[in-house]
Amino acid sequence: MGNDTVVEALPSFETHPSKYKHWKLKLEGEVATLSMDVQEDGGLRAADYVLKLNSYDLGVDIELADVVQRLRFEHPEVRVLVVTSLKERIFCAGANIFMLGSSSHPFKVNFCKYTNETRLGLEDASACSGIKSIAALNGTASGGGYELALACDEIVLIDDGNSAVSLPEVPLLGVLPGTGGLTRVVDKRKVRRDQADFFSTTAEGIKGKRAVDWRLVDQVVPKSKFAQAVADRAKALAAQSDRPQGETGITLEPLNPKVGAKQVDYQYVTLKLDVSPRVAELELRGPDGAPPKDGAALKALGAQAWSLKAWRELDDALLRLRINHLDVGTLILKTKGDAKQVLAWDAFLQANTKHWLVREELQLVKRVLKRLDLTAKTLYAFVTPDSCFAGSLAELALAADRSYMLDDAEAPTAITLGPLNAGALPMSNGLSRLETRMLATPGRVKEILAHQGPFDAQAALAAGLVTFTPDELDWDDEVRVAIEERAAISPDALTGMEANLRFAGPETMETKIFGRLTAWQNWIFQRPNAVGEKGALTLYGQAGVRPSFDMRRT
Amino acid sequence: MTAISNEKIPNNVNLSEDKKLQRALEQWQPSFLNWWNQMGPEGFQARDVYLRTAISTHVDGWAHYDFVKMPEYRWGIFLADAVPDRKIGFGDLLGQPVWQDVPGEHRNTLRRLIVTQGDTEPASVEQQRLLGQTCPSLYDLRNLFQVNVEEGRHLWAMVYLLHRFFGRDGREEAEGLLERRSGNQDKPRILGAFNEPIDDWLSFYMFTMFTDRDGKYQLLALAESGFDPLSRTTRFMLTEEAHHMFVGETGVQRVVQRTAELMKQDKNEDARAQGGIDLPTLQKYLNLWYSLSLDLFGSEVSTNAASFFAAGLKGRAKEEKFEDHLAMEGVYPMEVPAAGTGALEKQDVPLRNAMNEVLRDGYVEDCQRGVDRWNKVLADRGISFRLTLPSRRFHRQQGIFSNGLHFDPSGKPLSKDEWARRKDEWLPSAADRAYVKSLQAKAVVEPGKIQNWVAMPPKGVNAQAPEFEYVRA
Repeated sequence: MGNDTVVEALPSFETHPSKYKHWKLKLEGEVATLSMDVQEDGGLRAADYVLKLNSYDLGVDIELADVVQRLRFEHPEVRVLVVTSLKERIFCAGANIFMLGSSSHPFKVNFCKYTNETRLGLEDASACSGIKSIAALNGTASGGGYELALACDEIVLIDDGNSAVSLPEVPLLGVLPGTGGLTRVVDKRKVRRDQADFFSTTAEGIKGKRAVDWRLVDQVVPKSKFAQAVADRAKALAAQSDRPQGETGITLEPLNPKVGAKQVDYQYVTLKLDVSPRVAELELRGPDGAPPKDGAALKALGAQAWSLKAWRELDDALLRLRINHLDVGTLILKTKGDAKQVLAWDAFLQANTKHWLVREELQLVKRVLKRLDLTAKTLYAFVTPDSCFAGSLAELALAADRSYMLDDAEAPTAITLGPLNAGALPMSNGLSRLETRMLATPGRVKEILAHQGPFDAQAALAAGLVTFTPDELDWDDEVRVAIEERAAISPDALTGMEANLRFAGPETMETKIFGRLTAWQNWIFQRPNAVGEKGALTLYGQAGVRPSFDMRRT
Repeated sequence: MTAISNEKIPNNVNLSEDKKLQRALEQWQPSFLNWWNQMGPEGFQARDVYLRTAISTHVDGWAHYDFVKMPEYRWGIFLADAVPDRKIGFGDLLGQPVWQDVPGEHRNTLRRLIVTQGDTEPASVEQQRLLGQTCPSLYDLRNLFQVNVEEGRHLWAMVYLLHRFFGRDGREEAEGLLERRSGNQDKPRILGAFNEPIDDWLSFYMFTMFTDRDGKYQLLALAESGFDPLSRTTRFMLTEEAHHMFVGETGVQRVVQRTAELMKQDKNEDARAQGGIDLPTLQKYLNLWYSLSLDLFGSEVSTNAASFFAAGLKGRAKEEKFEDHLAMEGVYPMEVPAAGTGALEKQDVPLRNAMNEVLRDGYVEDCQRGVDRWNKVLADRGISFRLTLPSRRFHRQQGIFSNGLHFDPSGKPLSKDEWARRKDEWLPSAADRAYVKSLQAKAVVEPGKIQNWVAMPPKGVNAQAPEFEYVRA
């Protein structure tokens, strides 16, 4: 287990309904029904595992994420998403155990992170975009299957004397539920902790009335009345949605990047993979021209609008980097273009937040920036004369672990803040990046936001917006050494350190999922009790062989 | 590259082609001169001194003599010639090409090594700044100034590395080298021995014999470094450092010789009665400076030393003489005080962790050769007293033999009380120091004359006579 010699398939993170293997999407006015129907031999590494019982791998989850994204942009009429299954008596069995067992540790971690982001995306669609969701559990939902249900607003479980919800990871596999199950049970559904304890250690799970009594599901319904009950709930939830009336969507066209071995080129993003060993560079370019005049004009631009395309491209580049380039340790963030145009687009978005498409684009920017925050690479932002770290793009510099800004009187550099830096793009902790940065002096946030015009290097340093401002004498050497120094440090320690330092301030369910659950999970995934010769995960499915544990508690 | 240019800052590193670095160093230069005028030899800055200046880094070029006022000395940047295709000679990177730039991974460690070495250079100038006022002879006065200007030159060597390779941090460290002050309570020099005042000439000879010899061994170890600019810099510094040890070893030898002469003149063989320094007092000064200098090598068992070696940053003196350049397997048998009792017990220390002790071994042997030459002077004059190096455990403030442990010069453990009661038997007492100073109360600056307690040198500097006017009035 934890076989590092397996060469991971290099997935593409883009897909299209016409290509879905594992899901069927049915659109009926304000209700979309998404049915899971995983093809057993349709895994990304079909030779290594069979996706039985609606178990999933990364490919299944990429399709799920695509569905939610397209509902946001292509189907503004959809107010409720019903998630169910086309398999008899089974909703979903969670992440495929044999897939996990044959994956390298770094892949497992990145897989879990992606699936967590997908589930948080589902919750975000409800909270911020008016797409409510119902898990219609027509059969057993175990492990990741129940965790998917937990990410929906409501859970309806079929009452057939058999179907249950369960989190069997702890008793059966010796690991934790990997997509926020424990956190959501107590934090979101507010299951009492002692009942949650019993539930999380009972492999067969809980069904029927007790599942309702313990708040694990919202209702249980006999098979004969199941469809109607789900439809009733869908109607009730649709009434809570604030999605627009009578609008049509735009089409999310394929990004079509040019993918080379050393570089991935998009229209507004370039990902260079060979800047130096284990260092990649991501350049995000500003808009080519002025923003549209209103929401309708933005819609006319469709998926070509800078405010949508640049961020979709960045999102795709980050995912490639995370899953397909595990060796990259440091990511240099650069921007290029006209800061004034970036600010003009930001101002346009800020002035039109009532328009559904503007809202979706802002939400996308928010999620992509969170994806950046959660990327386990060292992030350095380099502010140089041709860069445009302004407004929404300034968030990239604020997201970085360190930022270097050239201080050269003959080649001035600038960081400019705008309306979108004031809270429209919060981090997982619920604060803006600026607020998180200024925890010691909250009063400064307002002052800094009130600053008129760009910050030059000295002003940015004084305001605390950048880490270092080397002059032209020192620049090359300082940035080289910063990169080389980092490359020598243990990547595990860096990942842990960066995750600790990035999310100061309050805890949210999101920060708990990533900071607490994931950290524990990553530890457990490495331990002999899970992945050793006699570990529970290793021996899962080998009839009659019982795991043997190192019984010392830490 | 070997010729030294005649620019504002003499150098053999093509400084004029690196305008940025040239500008940075030209900004540092006035601060250095300001420091020199404040903290350099007191009272002699306007005098013409017969000094050696390098005009090239080759054998025939680095010993060019002329009269110069010290503030006009040609301080500059001189690197030994590059060795073509040089490879790292030890540690985990054995056989890989040396680095011409600082690897980011080691930047902080290398900076610390360079700053620690660099800090000793101005420190010793500060320690010795008042000695000119009590000089035994013009010959000695000139040697003092030669040592001082070369310590200043060594500061330049380290500052060049800091400015060239360490960015803003390096420039700040270069400023810091001029801001710390030997013996200053608030801004002391980094290493303990460099905060002790050197206020008599016997201490000066002992310092240049023993403490500058530590410098030699540190430079030898740094000359092995995988960071090639540091290696080249320290290789050239070693040629200069040799003179300092010459001043120390022959200085003490001239005291030994004079003491022997005075003993023979006295019916009780009492050198003090004849206005000289008796041999037991000499031994105490030797004990003091030798033990202070041993401390400079760091702890006997050191993970820092091990990681410097592993990373190719700092090797052993003359690494090529060793057979095993990896030093992964070997052990270094050592007598180590047991925790709690302090009783000595044998322990095999992994070789890499014992690198400070390996360097100290070479140093101890080198010191012993000098002591043997002094004893030959005594033997030749029929005197039975012999000077000896005390045990490495004696009077240590650093390493495994410090921390409340006490040993006599033979290495035998002592109780705290016994040490307190007897330490004046082995180290200069206040009365000893007062006596030695009393012999040097009045500077002798007449050419060819010398104070009574030290002998004239057999020959002068650069084939000049001993009575040459080395420092003009």
